Amino acid sequence: MATAVKSETVLEIKNLCTYFYTQEGELKAVDGLSYNVNKGESVGLVGESACGKSVSALSIMRLIPYPPGIIVGGEIFFQGKDLMKATESEMRHIRGNRIAMVFQEPTTSLNPVLTVRRQISEALELHRGMDKNESLSETIRLLKLVGIPDSEKRANDYPFQFSGGMQQRIMIAMALSCNPALLICDEPTTSLDVTVQAQLLEIIDDLRARFGTSVITITHNLGIVARYVDRVNVMYAGKMVETAPTEDLYANPCHPYTIGLLSSVPRLDVSKKKSLRMIKGLPPNLAHLPGGCSFHPRCDYAMPKCKEEYPPLEKVGDNHYRACWAELSKLKRQ
Amino acid sequence: MKDNSHIIEVENLYMYFPVTAGVFQKRIADVKAVDGMSFYIKKGETLGLVGESGCGKTTTGRCILQLYEGIKGNVFFEGVNLANLKKEQMRKMRRNMQLIFQDPYASLDPRMTAGDIIGEPIKVHNLARGKEYQEQVEELFRMVELEPYMAGRYPHEFSGGQRQRIGIARALAVRPKFVVCDEPVSALDVSIQAQIIILLEKLREEMGLTYLFIAHDLSVVRNISDRVAVMYLGKIVEITASDELYANPLHPYTIALLSAVPIPDPKVDRTRKRIILKGDVPSPINPPKGCRFNPRCQMAIDICREKEPELKLVGEEHWVSCHLVKASPVKNTISP
Repeated sequence: MATAVKSETVLEIKNLCTYFYTQEGELKAVDGLSYNVNKGESVGLVGESACGKSVSALSIMRLIPYPPGIIVGGEIFFQGKDLMKATESEMRHIRGNRIAMVFQEPTTSLNPVLTVRRQISEALELHRGMDKNESLSETIRLLKLVGIPDSEKRANDYPFQFSGGMQQRIMIAMALSCNPALLICDEPTTSLDVTVQAQLLEIIDDLRARFGTSVITITHNLGIVARYVDRVNVMYAGKMVETAPTEDLYANPCHPYTIGLLSSVPRLDVSKKKSLRMIKGLPPNLAHLPGGCSFHPRCDYAMPKCKEEYPPLEKVGDNHYRACWAELSKLKRQ
Repeated sequence: MKDNSHIIEVENLYMYFPVTAGVFQKRIADVKAVDGMSFYIKKGETLGLVGESGCGKTTTGRCILQLYEGIKGNVFFEGVNLANLKKEQMRKMRRNMQLIFQDPYASLDPRMTAGDIIGEPIKVHNLARGKEYQEQVEELFRMVELEPYMAGRYPHEFSGGQRQRIGIARALAVRPKFVVCDEPVSALDVSIQAQIIILLEKLREEMGLTYLFIAHDLSVVRNISDRVAVMYLGKIVEITASDELYANPLHPYTIALLSAVPIPDPKVDRTRKRIILKGDVPSPINPPKGCRFNPRCQMAIDICREKEPELKLVGEEHWVSCHLVKASPVKNTISP
């Protein structure tokens, strides 16, 4: 199997299923997800809360808490290696080293009782075998790289002495410490101000261009995706409903959910007179998913068939796939 | 002095929070959350208030509702100076002005049913009893597009968007004239955000409400506001009509803020020039001398480091506080 993976593909996910077993029953958080990430490519994973974006990322890192969660099926190839078959010690060598992750809330992801220097140099000493002096100078270099002023002094500070934006920079420095082949950013800028958001996204994009790191950005903000991402995967209720190159997705969305999502985002360049459109209803409860296509209760184009059978991913353009029964020509875009 | 078309007028508003230290809690400094603000809100309009976290947006909203002790400055509601009102008078006045909170999880009492939460203001202000009370509560449920049979449920049984609807119904229960919406959609999913914005807009039209809409998301503010005020470190730096602000921003901070907002369309967004502001917002305990924005401003000149600029009129209802903008309507004098 492993040899079938193309050399430029860094990550290949095939039919990933991650379920949680709770009192409410079986929650199919991720249900048959497949996608690839090439070297140096930036992929966006877009969807609302509880659509399985973060769970799919944690599955790649094999960090799903068990119980209640378990990866029940699928394959994940990272640089040709099947992560589902890797032992825990092999995984420990990959996590933070080859695949790094930046989490949503820097405040809760950093250890409050260790200095920033200790936290960054830990990975350097563990994965890159540096001694104390080497790791210190490398830590300072990394902090400079992500734009922390006065980094020699500030390396000895504790996380609470930094603002939210600065903490997220530290997370990025930590994630980059071992030159990962894949960087997963889980809502990297959600709790931050727009000005800081712009700073951080520029840093991540700059590093991608310089080191050829592949990036997966998980977000619900379609604006972030527009500028920094080559390819967008739209998720709904644990499944991928549409995937396309970024420009194509925005110009020519082919799934009613993507169309709804795009028209419900307020835009800075559109004045008040043009009103927003909304998607009716609420995101589904994963424990009680409707039959057939999960989106049909909220969909304007739902047909009897949608209630019975889940649509397969069909090709609608160059590298552009969608999972929907509705006829393409009938979809109203914007 | 008082203009009849203004529902709210704010004059030289100051709110300092003391920083204390030592055994005797000596006041050693002040957090200057609101530091000299003057503006008005017209009847029936939505004024958006934007700025980065910690710039004093929420404090401004709460000062208007007189929710703090030690507010300096005057707030006129329909010509009545709220600063002069006694406690009991103010309590009656609050019927006219209500608040919708940011966090729909923290702002509802988990031990009260949705019906009790929405009905409580009616009881507090003694507006209805018995059958009439029941009818009003049911009417409020329908108004925010919830079903009246949900009245017996507790907050944890609702989703985030539904809770925000309960918060809106509670604010509207006493039929206010003026509502402060403090980041009402920032905790919600994209598709739900649009639902709540559309609901707020519908209610404003139906009930003839006036909103002060506080948000950090400039796209949301553009969508709902008639006029927008941009705040930086406790002061207004620019205030004008929404379309004018987005078409012709004059203050360097407004320009940078607008350029940082991503537009969900790669064709448009990738062609825009982005100004990356350096550093963080300075501490409101010790704001920079001169113009507060000068350490982060790309155009700062000597006078910016010395003298604090005043808000001056530069066009029709367009005020800017910047030394580099001339006090006459000159288009794009400093745009990038």
